[in-house]
Amino acid sequence: MTPTSTPDRVTRLLTLVPYLTARPEGVRVTEAARDFGVNERQLRSDLELLWMCGLPGYGPGDLIDLSFEGDWVRVTFTAGMGRPLRLATDEAVALLVALRTLLELPGLAEREAVSRALAKVSAVAGHAADRVTPVAVSVDAREEALAVVREGLERKRALHLHYYVPTRDERTERTVDPMRLLLVDGKWYLEAWCRRAEGVRLFRLDRVDDVVVLEEPAAPPPQAHERDVDNGVYQPEPDAPAVRLRLSRSARWVADYYPVDSVAPLDDGGLGVTVRTADLAWARRLVASLGGEARVEEPAALGAEIAADARAALQRYGLTPQTPAG
Amino acid sequence: MAHRRQAAGHRLTSLSGMAAKRAERLVNLVIALLSTRQYVTAARIRATVPGYEADDGSERADEAFKRMFERDKAELREMGVPLETGRTSAFDTEDGYRIARADYELPEIRLTGEEAAAVGLALRLWESAQLAGAAHSALVKLKAAGVEVDSSRSIPLQPRLDAGEPAFEPCYAAARDRRALEFDYQRPDEDAPTRRHVQPWGVVAWHGRWYLVGLDLDRGAERVFRLSRVVGSPKATGRTGAFEPPADVDLADVVAGQVSGEEHLVVVRARPGTAVGLRRFATPLGGADDGDDRLELRTTEPARLADQIAAYGADVVVEAPQSVREAVIARLTRLAAMGEPA
Repeated sequence: MTPTSTPDRVTRLLTLVPYLTARPEGVRVTEAARDFGVNERQLRSDLELLWMCGLPGYGPGDLIDLSFEGDWVRVTFTAGMGRPLRLATDEAVALLVALRTLLELPGLAEREAVSRALAKVSAVAGHAADRVTPVAVSVDAREEALAVVREGLERKRALHLHYYVPTRDERTERTVDPMRLLLVDGKWYLEAWCRRAEGVRLFRLDRVDDVVVLEEPAAPPPQAHERDVDNGVYQPEPDAPAVRLRLSRSARWVADYYPVDSVAPLDDGGLGVTVRTADLAWARRLVASLGGEARVEEPAALGAEIAADARAALQRYGLTPQTPAG
Repeated sequence: MAHRRQAAGHRLTSLSGMAAKRAERLVNLVIALLSTRQYVTAARIRATVPGYEADDGSERADEAFKRMFERDKAELREMGVPLETGRTSAFDTEDGYRIARADYELPEIRLTGEEAAAVGLALRLWESAQLAGAAHSALVKLKAAGVEVDSSRSIPLQPRLDAGEPAFEPCYAAARDRRALEFDYQRPDEDAPTRRHVQPWGVVAWHGRWYLVGLDLDRGAERVFRLSRVVGSPKATGRTGAFEPPADVDLADVVAGQVSGEEHLVVVRARPGTAVGLRRFATPLGGADDGDDRLELRTTEPARLADQIAAYGADVVVEAPQSVREAVIARLTRLAAMGEPA
């Protein structure tokens, strides 16, 4: 863990005494360290430092007193530090915005509790709660599937659903054992064990149709592990074949959205990127939906197929494009 | 026991000891100023709170103390400690300092188990995103106020926001402090970025993308900026509290209003059994003469729909309106040229 800055440390020191005050029977040092997000050594050194602080006079009856018993610590004299400092603006904003965002979600069972918590937090947040908060989060709250999926998760029941697979433009039918719901970058995903694919899959809720809760219990097998989505929902495939694309300026977002291997700026303001995927149907659809803002450099056959598709489509509009030379 | 503090003096000589000494001084300063209702003069603080340069009558020591004390005051205020300046009585000859307990302390807050779980869940929104640090310290303060946030109660829901937006921090800070903001903005349809001057009202995550909402000072109108199109680091200018956003502004509504325009009706023909994705949101209009299905689509983003239709190739043809038909033909023409040397 990196050493913390002085303001961070002072904030923590000022919070530690009331934290211990709120736990009169004491608390395990490891647990306190976890709550404060520091390692045990740092927390012990914080406690040692506090032991040197107190009221002017700084005699035995003035200094903060802590008592250690094995792994446990408790405070016996607080020097008047019984309550934590008020929420700073950033802290109040983080809390209020998060609770308001949660309140926007449809089919949320905890809705009542969230709105009561929001009222109570607003009351202690003071000034920050009255003003236009400098940040807002709006999520897509129209997903009809959300309420049904949540019910399945809460009742621990399997789900039956139709899932639209855009790369193959297909509607598939599946029975899944739901594991959790994720909200990633404004989109909802259901993570579930798919009995058909016999693996953990992420289902984007705006592609789920006709979902129903089954009476049979949800039973993801032991090998069903949650995926790490910290780097987005698309998993890189390091050993898959490379697809090299030239993105024009307006298609540069592709490099942010999908995991790309290498990114090189081009003279025209665009980007050269390499995407690794075994799913060429996906790559074909992606390039076609970019309408010419991305050109395929490799594999050459992929570019040729997309071009041939486009020529066939133009003929339906009564237009005959020239066949490329060479 | 009586010599705790002397022992400290010997131990704290290393570099990390210096930082620790400073932290210790700040904590002692807060405790001292909280413990009195009187304003305490700087000279008195210097004499009582350990860690300040002692008064040996030299100008050098006075200067060192002043610098140290100024820095300490600034740091405490930055942390949100309500440090007051004033005089206890009319006979005082100089200003003193105090911290009013009522302004310092987090008011009483009691949450039920369910409410505390809701707070814990909500804060996971920031888990790997911009306000993660602030969210964590807010949670710690609530715990220090006696709120038990039971994190073992698992709710199978994980909200997450994207962390990778370098312009977020300066834009957010300027909106929070109500300071004017200056930045270069690259619109995709313009060749070079242009300098913008904005009164930032707030930063909005809307459907997974971050936007800045504010008053564009050059155009004298409300504007929405995509953070990913900001080039370089935005710079806050002028004083804090320089403006106040309209009291009734709903930031998310402003973004929604500017990003999604009016609804367009589009009629297409699709070969039977194809265009499954389009049909999910289409109203069937019956069969065409050639056996194709006629479908009606509604969209607020015709350009995106044109992207989608073009990707269906020969399976889908646009009937109307002419603008979308032309947009799709333009895309197909570019795609058809892909086999040619650039």
